[in-house]
Amino acid sequence: MLDLLAFSVFVTDMEPDIANTLNNASDNMLAVKNITKLYGDFPANQNIDLHIKTGEIHALLGENGAGKSTFVKMLYGSLQPSSGEIFWKGEPVNITSPSHARKLGIGMVFQHFSLFEALSVSENIALSLSTDISLNDVTQKATELSNKYGLPLNPEALIGDLSVGERQRVEIVRCLMQNPELIILDEPTSVLTPQEAESLFETLDILKSEGRSILFISHRFDEVRRLCDRATILRFGEVSGACDPKQETSASIARMIVGSEVSLISKKAPQMSEAVLLKISNLSQPAATPFAIPLSNISIDIHAGEIIGIAGVAGNGQSEFFDAISGEVLSKLSTEVQIRDENVGLMTINERRKLGASFVPEERLGHGAVSEFKLSDNMLLARHKSDDVAFQRLGKIGMIWRDMIEKATKRVCDVMDVRKADVDPLAGSLSDGNLQKFIIGRELDRQPSVLVINQPTWGVDAGAASHIRQSIVDLARSGSAVLIISQDLDEVFELSDRIAVMFDGSLSQSLDASKTNREEIGLLMAGVDGNEGKHAA
Amino acid sequence: MGLIEAILLTIFTAAKPLLIAALGELVTERSGVLNLGVEGMMIMGAVSSFAFAIYTGNPYIGALGAIIVGVLFSMLFAFLTINLVTNQVATGLALTILGLGLSGLWGEAFVGIPGVKLQPIIVPFLSDITFFGKLFFQQDIIFYFSIALLIGVSWFLFKTRAGLVVRAVGDSHSSAHALGVSVVKTRYLAVMFGGACSGLAGAHLSLVYTTQWIENVTAGRGWVALALVVFTSWRPNRVLIGVCLFGAVAHSSAWLQNSHATAFSLALYCNHRRSSDNFT
Repeated sequence: MLDLLAFSVFVTDMEPDIANTLNNASDNMLAVKNITKLYGDFPANQNIDLHIKTGEIHALLGENGAGKSTFVKMLYGSLQPSSGEIFWKGEPVNITSPSHARKLGIGMVFQHFSLFEALSVSENIALSLSTDISLNDVTQKATELSNKYGLPLNPEALIGDLSVGERQRVEIVRCLMQNPELIILDEPTSVLTPQEAESLFETLDILKSEGRSILFISHRFDEVRRLCDRATILRFGEVSGACDPKQETSASIARMIVGSEVSLISKKAPQMSEAVLLKISNLSQPAATPFAIPLSNISIDIHAGEIIGIAGVAGNGQSEFFDAISGEVLSKLSTEVQIRDENVGLMTINERRKLGASFVPEERLGHGAVSEFKLSDNMLLARHKSDDVAFQRLGKIGMIWRDMIEKATKRVCDVMDVRKADVDPLAGSLSDGNLQKFIIGRELDRQPSVLVINQPTWGVDAGAASHIRQSIVDLARSGSAVLIISQDLDEVFELSDRIAVMFDGSLSQSLDASKTNREEIGLLMAGVDGNEGKHAA
Repeated sequence: MGLIEAILLTIFTAAKPLLIAALGELVTERSGVLNLGVEGMMIMGAVSSFAFAIYTGNPYIGALGAIIVGVLFSMLFAFLTINLVTNQVATGLALTILGLGLSGLWGEAFVGIPGVKLQPIIVPFLSDITFFGKLFFQQDIIFYFSIALLIGVSWFLFKTRAGLVVRAVGDSHSSAHALGVSVVKTRYLAVMFGGACSGLAGAHLSLVYTTQWIENVTAGRGWVALALVVFTSWRPNRVLIGVCLFGAVAHSSAWLQNSHATAFSLALYCNHRRSSDNFT
C-alpha cells in the first residue's frame, strides 16, 4: 500500500499524459497520444488521441480521406508518425515496420488487398508468417482456420483468378494465422453476405472473448452498432467525436462523420414500360479457367425504367456473367444477349456500346480505368468509339479532339463531385470513392439506355455511395434499363425494383423487391432453394 | 568417339554459359528487375577470369575472380536502378556498353597471350561408362556447377521461403513492402546473384571455350541468355530445354558448313526457323 502511495506521488510529478497512460496501463492494449502525420505541410492526421482496451471492439469511422488509412498505417508500422507517441500495453513503442507490428501482436486486414496475384492462396499466407513453416502445414492450418471461421478457401487457387470477395477471405484468414492480439480490420464486411458477415461477427466475438482487441473500420453504421463497444470518429484528419455506438442511431453517427445529414436516396415508383432493353436468354458458358464458374442457362429481361439487382456471394459467377453481358467474353450464340432487340452475343464491347449500352466493371484500376493515364485519357479510352463524333475530328483521320474530351471530363467531375488534387490527375491518384464516381459519371454522361454495373459502391464511403446510387436511380427513372450486380445486400435492396440471386453460375427467378425480404434473399444466396444446394467455395 | 557423342559434347559446351547466365537472370527477373546488362557482366567476367588466371596460374581463382567482378558490376546496376530509381532498360543497356568497352580496354594487354585452361575433372569409375561417362563425367567444374545451379535455383524458387519472397517481390513490390519484406534488400541480392552467374558464364568462355583473350568474346551470348529467360517463361526446368535447343542450333550451323552443301542449306533453314520461332 505504501509503495502504491509513493508511486502515485511519483506519478503526479510527471507529465500529465504519461501519468494518465500509466494509470490506464492495465486495461489499455494500445494507446495513442497526440499523433500527427504531415505530408509536406498537409496534416493527414492531427493530434489524434485514441485508446483501445483489452478485449474490446473499437470502431474507427470516417469518410474516405478522413485520415483513417493513414492512422492505421502508422499503427501497423507502414508509416511513421511525424510526432506523438504510441503505447503498446503501457510501454512506449516506436513501430518501425509491419513485421515489427506483427511481432508485437498487431495484425491487419487491408482494404486495398496486399495479395500477390501470381501466387497461390497458401503461398500468400505463408509469406505473411514470420516463421518458416512448410507450405503443406500452412495449407492445412489455413484450411482449418477457414473452416472454423466460415471463410471457405481453396488453398491451391491463384489469387489472380479469385473475385474481390474471395480475396478478402484470404486476407482475413491470413491475418488470423498470425494469432494477433490486436486485429485491425479495414472494411472487412463490404463484400460479404449478411450471413457471412454475421458469421464473421461471431468470429470477432469469439476473438474478443479470448481477450483480443479489434479495431474495426467500417462505413456501415448498423454493423458498428451491432458489433462495437466504442467508436472514434475522424473528420478531416482530426478526432471529431467519440461515442458508444449502441447508444446512437445510424443517423446521429452519420452526422458525426459527414458533419451534416446524409441525404437519403429519393426513389420514385418505377414507370415500367413493356419495352425490354436488355434481354439475356439461356446464357450458358463453360468455365474458362480451372477456378472460373461455368454459367448455366441464365435468362432475365430488363425493361426500360427499372433497376434489377443481382445479389450473391462473391465467386458464384457474377464476374463471368458481367463479362458475358459486356462483351469481354463472347457468347456462343448471338441470341444469348440482346440489347434493344439486337442480337449482340457475338459483338465486341464497342459495338455494344454503340447500341447505347454502358458497362462499369468491378475492378476500377486495370479494368474500369488505367491508373497511369489521366482522367481525360481514360475518358477517351472508354468512349472513343461510342462518342467518335464528339471526341474525334477530321473524319476518317480521327484526330483526337482534346478540347472536347477535357470539357467532357470536367463536366463529369463537376456533376459527380469528383474530388481531386489536380485539374486532370492520373486515375491511380484518386481515392476509391472518387474514382468510382468518375467511372460511373463517365458512363452516365452518355445517357446510356442500358447500364450494367458490377459492384457499384464497393469500398466507397457513405457520401460518395449515396451520390452514386442516386444518379443510378435517376438514370433508370428517365427510362433506361439498369442491371446492378452487388454483394452488398443493403445496396441491392435500396436500389432494385426486382432482385435475382446468383448462385453457382445460375440465376434465380427475379423477385419483386417490395415483396421479398433479406432472409429470403439470404437463403437463395446460400443456395437453399427448396432444392439442395452446395455452398460454393 | 562417336558422331552423336561429339555433337552432344559441342552442344553442351555451347549450352553451359547460356544456362548459367540465364538462370542468374531468371532469378533477377523473378524479383522484378530486368537487367539488360547480362552481356556486359558476362564479358567483364570473361576478361577478369582471364586476367586472374594468368596472374595466378590457377584457373579456379580466375573463375572466382569472374564471379566477384560480376557481382561488383551488377551492384553498380543495382545501385542505379534500386537506390536512384533510374530506368532499368536504359541502365542495363548502358551496363552492357560499359562492360564491352572496359573489357576491351583491360584486355588490350592480353591479346595474343595464351590463357590457362580449366582442366576437366574426371570422375572415377563413372567416367568409364560408355557414352554417358564421356558426356557427363569428364567435364570441367563449371559443367557440374551449372547442373547443380539448375537444381538449386528450381528448389530455391519453388520450395524455400526465401524463393517465395523473391517471387512475391517480383509480383507486387508494394504488397511485399506492406508485409514487411525488404524489397530493396531482396532485389539487391537477386541482382547480385544474376551478376555472379553472368560473371561465371563469362569465365567459361575464356577458361574453357577459347583459352585466349579475344575482344567481344561473348558475341551476343548475353542477349541469347536474356531471350532464353523469356522464351522459357521464367521457369528454371524449361531453361535446360531452351539452352540445349539454342546450343544445338548455334553449333549445328558451324559444323554443317564444313560437312556438305545441302547440310549448309539445312543449317540456314534451322537458323531461319530459329529466328522466326522466337521473334514472331
